[in-house]
Amino acid sequence: MLASADHGGSHIATLLIELGAILFALGILGRVARWLHIPVVPLYLVAGLCFGQGGLLSLSASQDFLKVSADIGVVLLLVMLGLEYSADELKQSLRTQAPIGLLDGLLNAVPGAALALIAGWGPLAAVTLGGVTWVSSSGVIAKMLGDLGRLGNRETPAVLGVLVIEDLMMALYLPLLTALLAGGGAGSVLIAVSVGVVTVSAVIVLATRFGVHVTRLVGTEDRESLLLGVLGLTLLVAGIADQLKVSAAVGAFLVGIAVSGTVAENAAELLAPLRDLFAAVFFVTFGLSTSAGTLLPVLPLAVGLTVVTAGTKFVTGYVAARRSLVKRRGRWRAGLELIPRGEFSVVIAALAVGAGVDSRLGPLTAAYVLLTIVVAAAVQKLPNRLASIKLRQRQRERERSPAFESG
Amino acid sequence: MGMTIESRVLPGIGVCQELELHDGRRIGIVTRRNGHRDIVIYDEDGDGAAETIMLDEREADVIAELLGAPHLVARLADLQRSADEVITEQLPIPATSPHAGRPLGATQARTRTGASIVAVLRNGATHASPGPDFRLEAGDLVVTVGTRAGLDQVARILEGAGPPGTG
Repeated sequence: MLASADHGGSHIATLLIELGAILFALGILGRVARWLHIPVVPLYLVAGLCFGQGGLLSLSASQDFLKVSADIGVVLLLVMLGLEYSADELKQSLRTQAPIGLLDGLLNAVPGAALALIAGWGPLAAVTLGGVTWVSSSGVIAKMLGDLGRLGNRETPAVLGVLVIEDLMMALYLPLLTALLAGGGAGSVLIAVSVGVVTVSAVIVLATRFGVHVTRLVGTEDRESLLLGVLGLTLLVAGIADQLKVSAAVGAFLVGIAVSGTVAENAAELLAPLRDLFAAVFFVTFGLSTSAGTLLPVLPLAVGLTVVTAGTKFVTGYVAARRSLVKRRGRWRAGLELIPRGEFSVVIAALAVGAGVDSRLGPLTAAYVLLTIVVAAAVQKLPNRLASIKLRQRQRERERSPAFESG
Repeated sequence: MGMTIESRVLPGIGVCQELELHDGRRIGIVTRRNGHRDIVIYDEDGDGAAETIMLDEREADVIAELLGAPHLVARLADLQRSADEVITEQLPIPATSPHAGRPLGATQARTRTGASIVAVLRNGATHASPGPDFRLEAGDLVVTVGTRAGLDQVARILEGAGPPGTG
């Protein structure tokens, strides 16, 4: 927490200097990411790794504050995710995309889990790594689709549908993981999962029927009261959910779903800067908790995992697009679009590492997320480029027309 | 009209509406929750975008205005026919104007002068195609299209020199 009175003034000075330096550095990284046209999340992770334990610099004063900020960052990431979806969208996706969700879970969780088992890291690490490789990053992918001008594409609803199902499944997976990590037996795990299932279904039903009331509880014209109201309610519910071992993240996600309409839009707009700040701290702190030296030994594993799970994600997207009657090139696009992993993978790994599961999960996840995002960014334009090369072959007389380059 | 518009929900982002044009090509309009719009021209597959034009909220508004106000163009064309010199002027509503605080319709500008009020500028914002119920305020700038004589008449009406419209 912030420096208390018994610490001297110098403590506050150090805290401010460290915090300022970190945030300033993150600001610069944001510019670099923009310049490179890649999402900023992997850069935050790398920055954290470089300055982590055993890295270039050790942070003393701001550690506690960073820890709390990181926890708030997770809560904000999830409530924002919830705010973006309406309960109706969730219900509809669940109805139409459930088979794809199942395929997605099987194809993508298994490689991660298998790797952890083969490496001999134990069942807990297997459940964790399965989650890490399972979930694509809705944040990274939605941004990417928008930037590439693909929101109008026919495969896009299928891709977004997969993301929605995954995010919903997290509301079941995270309580399961939390219960397992807490070391409970089969009974407590079962309870946690049932509580998860019941709460999620209840919130979706309640949000469609009575979302108005939740919305009215926090809804106000006044921006300041709205910000404090939504933030307060979110932290409150997240805290209670954590107390019940359902995981704070899920509590926050559910609050986001329950708030709807224009209030949700306004709240999302107000919370966005806070999310940017605290989520950045979360990613950096995750990197900080592992030293750069531990990155190298797990790099081959991360590369292997990236290759395999990029393939399995590709299959997921391809099948999902085919189900939506999209032609071959659109299926390719859908497959490649789903490759990036991101915030959820980090959230999952952070939970596990925090609970003392194999510490190699931290650097492995960081490297893996980084690789999937970079690989995905590199291959996105392939399907259209290949198609335009074919087109060019057909129209040989118009050789090297620049109009096809941008395809 | 009978045009079929195919609508696709994009969870977390907005909605995409796709339609086929008379020449068989298909275009889509993506409405994002943040007000941004994408205009999509589909490729030969029909699945993906060959070209996407991304508009921010302001640009989308301007384009909607351009597309959605053909009656305005028709009105301009009418004026063009009736006079050689059609010009546009921004006429102020002085604080002393009898029309400050009254609806635009009460000026009866078009009926009495042939000139059209096509927009009102207020505090830096543009209120395009104001209806007869639009309430004028002192300090507004009224964008008026018409002949020189018509515009002079409108200016006199707004200043209060002419009798305020009495039904």
